[in-house]
Amino acid sequence: MGTKDIEIESRNLNLWYGDAQALKDISIPIQKNMVTALIGPSGCGKSTFIRCINRMNDLIKGCRITGKVLFEGRDVYENDMDVVILRKRIGMVFQKPNPFPMSIYDNIAYGPRIHGTQTKRELDKVVEDSLKAAALWDEVGGILDKPALDLSGGQQQRLCIARTLAVKPDVILFDEPCSALDPISTARIEDLISELKRDYTIIIVTHNMQQAARVSDHTAFFLLGEMIEFGETKQIFESPVVESTENYITGRFG
Amino acid sequence: MSRAIRGRIFSPDTTDRAASLLLWASAAATVLILMSIIGTIVYRGIGVIDISFLLDAPRLSGAEGGIFPAIIGTLCLVAVAILTAGPIGVGAAVYLTEYAPDNAVTRIITFGVECLAGIPSIVIGLFGYAFLVVYLGFGFSILSGGVALMFMILPWTVRASEEAIKTVSGGLKEGSLALGATKWQTIRQVVLPNALPGITTGVILGIGKAIGETAVIMYTAGSSLLLPESIFEPVRALPYHLYILASEGISDEMAYGSAAVLLGMVLLINFTAVAIQRYYQTRSGLRH
Repeated sequence: MGTKDIEIESRNLNLWYGDAQALKDISIPIQKNMVTALIGPSGCGKSTFIRCINRMNDLIKGCRITGKVLFEGRDVYENDMDVVILRKRIGMVFQKPNPFPMSIYDNIAYGPRIHGTQTKRELDKVVEDSLKAAALWDEVGGILDKPALDLSGGQQQRLCIARTLAVKPDVILFDEPCSALDPISTARIEDLISELKRDYTIIIVTHNMQQAARVSDHTAFFLLGEMIEFGETKQIFESPVVESTENYITGRFG
Repeated sequence: MSRAIRGRIFSPDTTDRAASLLLWASAAATVLILMSIIGTIVYRGIGVIDISFLLDAPRLSGAEGGIFPAIIGTLCLVAVAILTAGPIGVGAAVYLTEYAPDNAVTRIITFGVECLAGIPSIVIGLFGYAFLVVYLGFGFSILSGGVALMFMILPWTVRASEEAIKTVSGGLKEGSLALGATKWQTIRQVVLPNALPGITTGVILGIGKAIGETAVIMYTAGSSLLLPESIFEPVRALPYHLYILASEGISDEMAYGSAAVLLGMVLLINFTAVAIQRYYQTRSGLRH
């Protein structure tokens, strides 16, 4: 594959939790406006890896990192990197839907408000645009003042996606976004991800191999903290080079 | 003792029933004790309680008349205690849960909070007298009594706030940080609002402790039966009034009446705590 338009690139990334090494020498180029899927069995480091990109691992005590994560050519671990701006530009959707216990409207407006958007007119527009982009407007457009926790799990997850879109990121990290959802909600989120890649660069961690095959352009296979194989999704699923990738994909372990 | 007897005196079935019975009896005893206390106080005190008892000034040292100044005195003391303990307690709790590094200093502070909770109230009363009344020159006053009460309820406010803050899910905090919020924005807009029901309950239960406290305020708040005009004037709190009525043999009837009113205030406060918690939970959609 070509090397043009690489938006994020990890170079020789190592990570330790205390003495335990969770990531070993990971180097992956992530292309702009593509969906890159990270697959692998539980505990293989795929979630840990995406949490390095927006520096969510900073919150974990005893976490140590070497190597680089370049975002638009600049190392996110540089000393003068503004984490607030980094996280605004690289959004994240979590495994378990985590809407704030406030109204639907306030959930979406939360990000824009902390970043300085105050007028009602601007906020109204952001809320509407974000909910439309997250395919949720038709369902909740009329009940914006209702508590977000009244929504179903699938709706809550789309709300979290809308909330992420509201701060206008360039990249969205999805950390197993469908693992707590039913199949119909899962299908809606997958459709949404395919829509979103026109405007955003997407990295998705998933346990579900069919999901990776359906939504992604590139796939990386992780095992025990190492990146075993990386390539175009079609190639990874149809003709994996490494034996353990093939074993995992064909369901022989994991 | 022979092995057979040591192993099994009664069948497992019998011990099971005995255990159920003992546990039931403990629960019943708890309820019975509570009921006897409330029953006795209300039965012996209800006779003197009417509007004039609540709203009149005492006459003849409290042998006749009402208890209005003591009710006001108590409310003033509690207000000062809560308005000072609330912000300090929440601030300390936020620091200890969100900012403090896990090191010796933090552990010493946490241990200090626990120790503060264990200091007998009479000792806090004496310290309040020496420090607030004499050294700072606040005299016997609402300010001295209220601040001394704050010393007493502060550890509970800190602990309740800490617990409430810890129950806010990590997922919510991550959600906020991932949107580019700073730590303080996350604390102010996500952590504290979600901890508020727990914090409020903790603070209100602190009021419940403060309202019945006697030893702390007898050396700090004074025992004036006049209505105060500022926080620098002395007041007599309701429990202290009750203590004087009973210990100086002024009027048993009036003492029980005061006790019933005090009990009513404590119950009212506890119900308020529960109601506030439910209100917040319903509003945020955590409960239906």
